[in-house]
Amino acid sequence: MKPAAFRYHAPKTVDEAVAILARVAPEDGRVLAGGQSLVPTMAFRLAKPAHLVDINGVAALNRLTIADGKLVIGAGVRHAAFHKPACDGPLGALLADMVRHIAHYPIRNRGTFCGSLAHADPASEWCLVLAALDGEVLAKSARGERVIAARDFFKGIMTTALADDELLVEARLPLLPADAHCGFYEFNRRAGDFAMAMALGVYRLEAGKISAPRLAVGGAEVKPRRIAEAERALDGAAPGDAAFRAAAQAATAAIDPMEDNVTSAEFRRDLVLAVTRRALGRAAA
Amino acid sequence: MNTAPPPPRNARSPSLASRGRKDSWIGQSVTRLEDPPLVAGRGAFAGDINFPHQLYMRVVRSAHAHGRLAAIDAAAARALPGVYAVWTAADIAEVPPIDFREGSIPALDPYRQPVLASGRVRYVGDPIAAVFAADPYIAEDAADLVTAEIEELPPLLEAQAAPVEFSPGYSTEAAIIRQGYGDVDAVFRDAPHVVEVELTIGRHSGVPLETRGAIGYYDASRGILELHGAAKVPHRIQELLSRMLKIPPSSIHVHESHVGGGFGVRGELYPEDVLVCVAAKKFNRAVKWIEDRREHLIAANHSRQQLHRIRAAIDADGVILAIDDRYFHDQGAYVRTHAARVVHMTAGILPGPYRVPAYRAIGHFRLTNKTPAATYRAPGRYETTFVRERLVDAIAHRLKIDRIEIRRRNAITAAEMPYPRPLEALGEEIHYDTGDYVGLLDKLFAKIGWDKLNAEVKKRKAAGELVGIGVAMFVEKSGLGPTDGVNISIDASGMVEVVTGGASIGQGFETVMAQVAADALGVDYKNCRVIHGQTDRIPFGIGAHASRATVMTASATHIAALNVRRKALDMAAELLQTPSDALDIADGEVLRKDGRPGPSISLGAIAKNLEPTAKARGDRAPGLSAEGWFKTEHQVYPYGSHVAVVSIDRDTGGVTVERYCIAYDIGRAINPALVQGQIVGGYAQGLGGALFEEFTYSERGDPLAVTFADYLLPAMHETPEPEVLLREDYTSPLNPLGIKGAGESGITGVGAAIASAIEDAIGIPGAVRALPVTPQRIKTMLGRQ
Ligand SMILES: Cc1cc2nc3c(=O)[nH]c(=O)nc-3n(C[C@H](O)[C@H](O)[C@H](O)COP(=O)(O)OP(=O)(O)OC[C@H]3O[C@@H](n4cnc5c(N)ncnc54)[C@H](O)[C@@H]3O)c2cc1C
Repeated sequence: MKPAAFRYHAPKTVDEAVAILARVAPEDGRVLAGGQSLVPTMAFRLAKPAHLVDINGVAALNRLTIADGKLVIGAGVRHAAFHKPACDGPLGALLADMVRHIAHYPIRNRGTFCGSLAHADPASEWCLVLAALDGEVLAKSARGERVIAARDFFKGIMTTALADDELLVEARLPLLPADAHCGFYEFNRRAGDFAMAMALGVYRLEAGKISAPRLAVGGAEVKPRRIAEAERALDGAAPGDAAFRAAAQAATAAIDPMEDNVTSAEFRRDLVLAVTRRALGRAAA
Repeated sequence: MNTAPPPPRNARSPSLASRGRKDSWIGQSVTRLEDPPLVAGRGAFAGDINFPHQLYMRVVRSAHAHGRLAAIDAAAARALPGVYAVWTAADIAEVPPIDFREGSIPALDPYRQPVLASGRVRYVGDPIAAVFAADPYIAEDAADLVTAEIEELPPLLEAQAAPVEFSPGYSTEAAIIRQGYGDVDAVFRDAPHVVEVELTIGRHSGVPLETRGAIGYYDASRGILELHGAAKVPHRIQELLSRMLKIPPSSIHVHESHVGGGFGVRGELYPEDVLVCVAAKKFNRAVKWIEDRREHLIAANHSRQQLHRIRAAIDADGVILAIDDRYFHDQGAYVRTHAARVVHMTAGILPGPYRVPAYRAIGHFRLTNKTPAATYRAPGRYETTFVRERLVDAIAHRLKIDRIEIRRRNAITAAEMPYPRPLEALGEEIHYDTGDYVGLLDKLFAKIGWDKLNAEVKKRKAAGELVGIGVAMFVEKSGLGPTDGVNISIDASGMVEVVTGGASIGQGFETVMAQVAADALGVDYKNCRVIHGQTDRIPFGIGAHASRATVMTASATHIAALNVRRKALDMAAELLQTPSDALDIADGEVLRKDGRPGPSISLGAIAKNLEPTAKARGDRAPGLSAEGWFKTEHQVYPYGSHVAVVSIDRDTGGVTVERYCIAYDIGRAINPALVQGQIVGGYAQGLGGALFEEFTYSERGDPLAVTFADYLLPAMHETPEPEVLLREDYTSPLNPLGIKGAGESGITGVGAAIASAIEDAIGIPGAVRALPVTPQRIKTMLGRQ
């Protein structure tokens, strides 16, 4: 439980951070954000980075603001910043609802939104929200910067499109219109654990019918994603248990569930069915 | 013989007889003496103990469940700067495998764990080398550099599978345990009904917040080997080390420090404890080892895993005629210090509170390629209460008789006490002392509003909810003898020192012993310093296990305190020129009993007058001090019942514990708040084993629960506050204060009650056959549409 030796860097600016990263990335240099995933991994020696680039001192990354119809979340913003709505309207309320499911209070005080995205645990709430809303991230390296869309960002269990020398500078979530309905539900065995399955549903009503539905599932597959089959089942339907059940069944049929020694694929499907229906039920409530 | 006569049954202790005195301490929920340093961050846990120039040890462990250990290459590790030494088995060839507490047991000796494995590795976590380095980081770096050449062998992962060879001439079935009485076969042949069930208890164990730690220190100036960080049974550790290392016991000092949870797993002699001692002596430097969490989950004793195939012969009214049990005990890779204790006790205590006219239990004590198993809080009882109560529920269902009614018909009554049973637990014949099992259940029902609860649950069920009630009854055992002694002395300031051979594993031992001493002496309990876990202060001690500390050590403390009291009054009588039977002690002052004005004298002053050179002493032995010894033939048998109410999420299999109620008759509670704490803490751990905690393994024998992300302990959200009914109806006649133990009552019935409640909720009789009852298992029971 003692990490292997590493060299510690504490840049003060984004440019400095990416310059150091450019140098140390080839020697397994890594960004240290809240440390809530990286530090335990190092303690177990599952990761032995030779360099840590600590971005906690980079003040510019603490940005949490609205720009171009998007909520912009800098890499220094902690989970706890979402305990109270970070913006007006449904998005702020949704994030405030979801954040309560992330770990425990002390962890939320350190862990960062962008760290969760970079870490890309399949059961991360923030990864789910990025996927569901088709958010995007801004990545920067000494080579330049680029915007990566959610659907291109997540590659698999704890793998993303970020290159080793890239700093995830910020994440951007589109604001939700005031009449958006959204609902989130997750199942875990203990409060604060990573979800065994979770779902997020968002839609609007047009003439009493569901329009522009988004339905994403996390924790069940190797990465969170929108489930087109479920969205088709919702589109144009009257909101209610019949439609939600149909969408949940479609999601359950569409997924390729993760399986391990203690969780069967069959059980994972049971959970996807339950969480999808309930998330949509909450959206309608 | 006890040095003080026991008072009559149900009587109060002599000093308590002086009604309402403010220094009658027994029965009061006074605050804990232990707490001030702990809440101020001044505790001294194993991690806080340091010696100059100490080395840090890191153990290299097998990554394979079973294999031939062909070679170990430690050259790279040895070459790392800061590394002092790397040992493999060959470096400590003279150190024998770890002995059993009770000494050699020839049939089991071949299954003992070597301190470092050689030739074979038998579980993931088996120590194969030890690194000693200047700091813990270097030690871990070096450990990573040690490579082992292991040819994998097929692992044996199930105790019910056919045994194979353990070592030449020895099977993985180390023993077959048999207990029983009566002609079981004949009863089954003629029985109107036979109910048969197969039940399994998952592998889980005690997971204290503080992991284990051991610091070995050799004081060459005095020729004393010290082991710090011990707990639970320091004198046994001293004895074991003495035997294994061939050092006189009095040249080994074992010291207990603060302990962050014991629960049975901490304090046994493990390979790491032996290693730090041997290394400290060889290197002439202190050696420190602190276990990490992953190590704890694969290296400290596991527990509980059993499979029972059990059947009951019953008559048409549901009266049990016989029980026949065949069970498989998954011991893991080696037989550790407890030898066959748990597997043996299982057979002895399974019948619990019920009359069982004929009984047979056959236990298969089998080794597998998993972490070795031993005792965890309520060993044998958590398991057998689950098995027995499931069986009783199955009987009720088969005969369509109410499950409470079945229990009433079969429970031993108060009129039948004392109730001997020709079975053994911990080497003693079982002999229930006192109790009214059904009476306690009824008191619990009255407290919780049983009829109303049932009506509510019925209504919710009718409305489609999955909600259910579970019940479990059990008999505990506690206070393992045979004897314990305590020395009490009072210094010239009046401070009382109570030197015990007991151990404090966080349960409030110091407070309880201080209360008992203060009560008999007539002093403030805060004026009592209680010593425990220090083998250099007292040559004998039983430690703290098997819920025995309060029964045994408090009884000895009580006797020692009465002896000191007698001596104080005798001296005071002369000094005050008043007959000793006219004197009393209150608040540390000896004064007239009748309250009439007159001279008084403090205990400190009396101590001064008893100093070796004091004239007033006369022929009295020097010192205001005395010993007290307590001896008992039998353990005591407290008892209890649990009721659980759970609801189940049909879609996810999630379980919510809505209510949990525990009734327990402790005989006499020295400190009710501490007893309550024991019960609540036990209950939380019980929930772990019932719903969450399980050491799972892959087909290759890789442990899958090696962090707290996979080994799920119940936390605040999952542990609703239980309702506790603590009764003092039936004191034990077997000790002067009438005490029964409390340490394990909260945990014993939880697996059984939760399983029963879940089965009631899902309404599928016989469905719940295994612990823990996980959401996935519940979904499987419910079937899928
Ligand atoms: C007990 C426990 C329970 C938890 N439960 C949950 C839960 O229920 N849901 C959940 O979502 N999470 C959970 N977490 C994880 C937690 O949310 C972490 O905070 C999060 O996963 C990582 O964020 P961090 O800021 O701590 O990142 P770090 O641990 O510092 O880093 C994680 C990884 O991301 C990389 N990284 C971080 N920031 C950047 C960046 N800006 N640019 C490039 N790379 C970066 C790091 O190099 C590292 O590889 C839990 C953690 C614990 C300890």
